[in-house]
This record gives sequence, structure tokens and C-alpha cells, in this order.
Amino acid sequence: MTLARPTHRVEPEAATDPFGVPIRPDVRLLASWYVDRRPDDLAAHLRRHGPLPHLAPEELIARVDAAGLRGRGGAGFPTAAKIRAVVRGRGRRGRRRPVVVANGCEGEPASHKDAALLHCAPHLVLDGIALAARATGAGTAYLCVHAGSPAAQALREQAAARRDVVSVRVEEVPARYVASEASALVQYLSGGPALPTSAPHRASERGVGGAPTLVDNVETLAHLALLARHGADWFRVLGTSALPGTLLVTTGGALRRPGVVEVPAGTPVRAVLDLAGGPVEPVQAVLCGGYGGTWASLDVLDVPLAPGPLEAVGATLGVPSLLALPVRACGLTQTAHLLRYLAGESAGQCGPCTFGLPALAEDVTALACSGPEAPAAHARLLRRLELVAGRGACAHPDGAVRLLRSALRVFDRDLRRHLAGRPCPAAAEAPVLPLPRPGRPILPSSRVSR
Amino acid sequence: MTHRSVGQRVRLDPIACTGHGLCADLVPELVTLDEWGYPRLQHGRTSGPVDADTLPLVREAVTACPTLALRMEPAPLE
Ligand SMILES: Cc1cc2nc3c(=O)[nH]c(=O)nc-3n(C[C@H](O)[C@H](O)[C@H](O)COP(=O)(O)O)c2cc1C
Ligand code: SF4
Ligand code: SF4
Repeated sequence: MTLARPTHRVEPEAATDPFGVPIRPDVRLLASWYVDRRPDDLAAHLRRHGPLPHLAPEELIARVDAAGLRGRGGAGFPTAAKIRAVVRGRGRRGRRRPVVVANGCEGEPASHKDAALLHCAPHLVLDGIALAARATGAGTAYLCVHAGSPAAQALREQAAARRDVVSVRVEEVPARYVASEASALVQYLSGGPALPTSAPHRASERGVGGAPTLVDNVETLAHLALLARHGADWFRVLGTSALPGTLLVTTGGALRRPGVVEVPAGTPVRAVLDLAGGPVEPVQAVLCGGYGGTWASLDVLDVPLAPGPLEAVGATLGVPSLLALPVRACGLTQTAHLLRYLAGESAGQCGPCTFGLPALAEDVTALACSGPEAPAAHARLLRRLELVAGRGACAHPDGAVRLLRSALRVFDRDLRRHLAGRPCPAAAEAPVLPLPRPGRPILPSSRVSR
Repeated sequence: MTHRSVGQRVRLDPIACTGHGLCADLVPELVTLDEWGYPRLQHGRTSGPVDADTLPLVREAVTACPTLALRMEPAPLE
């Protein structure tokens, strides 16, 4: 690639954006948006960030390791270890050239951060793919987005504008929650259905077409593109020691300006919500980490957005998203809607997930409805929660169980009222959080007191 | 730990398992069925350690499973 002058940092003194809003010096991935309010094409990308440095594979991996980069796809696994596993997989006899898969599907309906990143800074992701290919010696790379995503065509054009050693194929994957789980992507790209598999080997050993495969979230790859340029120390200037760097966070629910924000890991939840304009109406709880994440009471407002501190209050970072639940909504009813959605997204392959999730959804719906059968449903639910987690081929059922457990804890007062046959006024309300398919009200309004 | 002595663990493939329940009939000591008829290993997970005492039972179940959903495999090194 030919290059323009590298001007890689967002300068703190670049005072305001075209709208007069002060530019935050801690914005990295979304700088194009914050500074210029438009996506970067290749020329703008090179002007802003400069060229990719030429690093030997070992140098690059060492840099990722020193930076402490962790995956942004939900599990937070150290990226350097994943790259090394693929390099090891390559070393085995008879193995094929590695494959890099950039996961931009964003199956989690609560999250829009990958879409925002792919829109604003496609070349950071494409840089990251090129670097990951260099580090692993990959000969093939895929960038996966949901089928029908408006980003697909634009990404193909941006990818075609580049002259990377490895060309990137933009693949459209069925738009289902579990289709973007790593093993499902691998199976799909190998010519099979987009469903998780239970093969005992890892993708790093035998992935797409049997080749050692690196599956990384697109945000992870975009961070890789910047830390390769600026180094590990630069990367660690923001974030916490356990989770260095910035995070793209989706904010939503009862907020004034819901959307995607970029903040250093460890930013207090309240400060993140303030960036989204703060609440538009009184809020009772925050859904952290998406629909397979956790409800948290307002105690979470002062907690730093990082895995350790969140777990200490029973919450999870997951795919970073913060959705504010208004006081007027019923937490149990809203959880029932989410559970019904998650049950419908089961791939139907494993018994405990295929039968367990609908059963859990039915139980929590009965709790939300607050009828005479609610106490029995509650007892059943507690028993079934023990039966479902950890028994599927993928982590989908575990997310549903996590969400439900957190709901029983955080909405404890509502739960007791519902068990006593006194539901809250909003117990018949439609979903207040976005769901891919419109949910139906789960009980006739006549049942609700008041 | 005892499972080191045989160096094996048992793994249940939840996708391959069709819930016949044969395994639970044969080795109720190792496998119980949930309310939907799907097997739970001792620890309620999809894999578990095998020690010298349970080894013959596990072998029996592994042989009996009609869908090859139960397997023995080397225990991962710590
Ligand atoms: C049900 C399910 C859905 C998932 N969907 C996504 C997704 O849409 N995007 C993503 O990056 N990771 C998703 N993951 C996580 C991936 O399996 C994988 O861990 C991730 O892409 C690895 O990237 P990272 O190391 O950069 O985080 C999903 C996991 C599960 C269990
Ligand atoms: S656990 Fe559920 S979603 Fe995951 S593979 Fe099994 S049936 Fe599909
Ligand atoms: S015998 Fe095999 S298929 Fe039948 S329940 Fe046991 S593990 Fe599943």
C-alpha cells in the first residue's frame, strides 16, 4: 500500500468536532466518527492512522501479548494465546495453511458495536485481518456478517480497494443468534450448516476445511491494527491492567441518546450512560452484557466496566452493552420476553437446550403472569435452572440460565409480589428492549391488577 | 486425584445424543436422566473424570450407546 503522512493519534488539542462537541482523546476505533462524522475510506484511513508497520510474525505476537489484548466477542480470551495456538496447529504434520475468520455477525440483538465499527472504520478491521494473517501465516481470510446486512456490499468494495497479501472474502451468514458462535462459523465456512458443533478439537487445530483457524471478533482485530502501529505501552495507557484498551459499548433502553460509545475499559457504568445522554425516565435496573448477560440493580452505576468488578456485583461484561430498564417496566415480564426469544434461537441440536430453554421460558412466563400456578412454576424453574447450564454443545443455554438467575435476584421484590398473585401494572407489557422478531404480549391485560 | 491413574475421561456429545437413555439403564451409578430423558453425567456436565472404579461401567455405557455419543478420551493434562 502507498501511504500518506502518518498522523496516527487523535490529538487531545484537536478541540472540537464539526458539531462543536469536544473530542475525547480516549477515542481510538471510532475516531473517524468522532472527528469527521463520516466513515473512513482507504485514503482517509491512511491519513488518520498511517501505514501498517512491517513486523515479523513473532514480533507482532509479542506485541499483542505485551499489550494484553483480549477478545471482544464476549469471552475475553487472550488474543496472543489464540494466535499462538493456530501457529502450533500449523506446525502439525499434514495440516493446511491457516485460515483467519473475522466475526462481524453480532448475533447478540442488544449489541450494535460491530456494525458501528464496520461502518465507521472498515479498514481498521481489514488491517487487523491482514495482521492476523501475517502472524499465523494464513492463506485465506473471511469477514463474516449477517445475511442481508447493509454493510456487506460496502465491505466488499472497501476490501477490493486494498492490496493485501491475503484477499478477504466477505461472507453472509444466516442471521441467527447461534450461527456466529465460533464452531458454527467454522462449519458454515466449510460448506455445512451454520450450527455449532461438538467436535472435541479446537478450531485452532482443525477449523475451516480442516485448516488451523483463528476466529476473532472484528473489534479485537481493529485493536490489533492500532496496537501493531503504536505498541503495547500505548495500548495500555487506557483501560485496566486486567483488560487494557478501550471498549465499544452499546447503550440502549431508557436513555436519551442510545447508541455505541467507545470508552476505556474500567470506566464507571454511570459515566458510560452519561455519554449516552443519561436516563430519559426513571430507571430500575441495567441489563449488562446482552441477552445472554445479566440484570444488575442500580448499584452497578458506580462499578467500573470491566469483568472483575462487574462479576463482584453479580453482573457480567460479556459483549459490552448497557440497557437501561425503565421503572415502569416489569423486569420479570421483560425477562420472559427475552427467554422466549433465546429459546427460539436454540439450534435444536442438544436435548437440554432444545427442551430446557422452552421449559425455562414457560416457567418464567408463568411467573410474569402471576396466576395461581406461579408458585409451582417458580419451584420448577429453580430445579430446571440446575439442569440446563453446561450441558449444551455451545454456551447458548448458559447465557439464558445466567440471565434468568440474575432476574430472580434483581427483581426479587417483584417476584414475591407475582408469587402472591399481585403482579405489577406492567406485567402484560410488550418487550421494551429490541428483539429481532416482534414479541407478543404474554398475558391478557385483564389479568393485571389496577 | 484418582482419575489420573487411568488418564481417561468420559465425554458426552450432546448433539449426537438422541436421549435413548440406554446408558442410564446400564450404568445408573454414572448416568441419570433429566426430565426430558437426556443423560447427565455424575457432575452434570458434558465430560467427567473416570477412575479405576468406574472404568468398567463407563466402558459398558460407551459400548452400548447407539449413536456413539459417549466416548472415552485422554484426560487433558493439568
Ligand atoms: C451463541 C453464541 C453466539 C456468538 N455470537 C458471536 C458473534 O456474533 N460475534 C462474535 O464476535 N462472537 C460471537 N460469539 C463468540 C465466538 O464463539 C468467539 O468466541 C469469538 O468470535 C472469538 O473472538 P474473540 O476472541 O475476538 O472474542 C458467540 C458465542 C456464542 C456461544
Ligand atoms: S447448546 Fe443449544 S444452541 Fe448450542 S448447539 Fe446445542 S442446541 Fe444448539
Ligand atoms: S445411550 Fe447414548 S444416545 Fe442414549 S441417552 Fe445415553 S448417551 Fe444419549
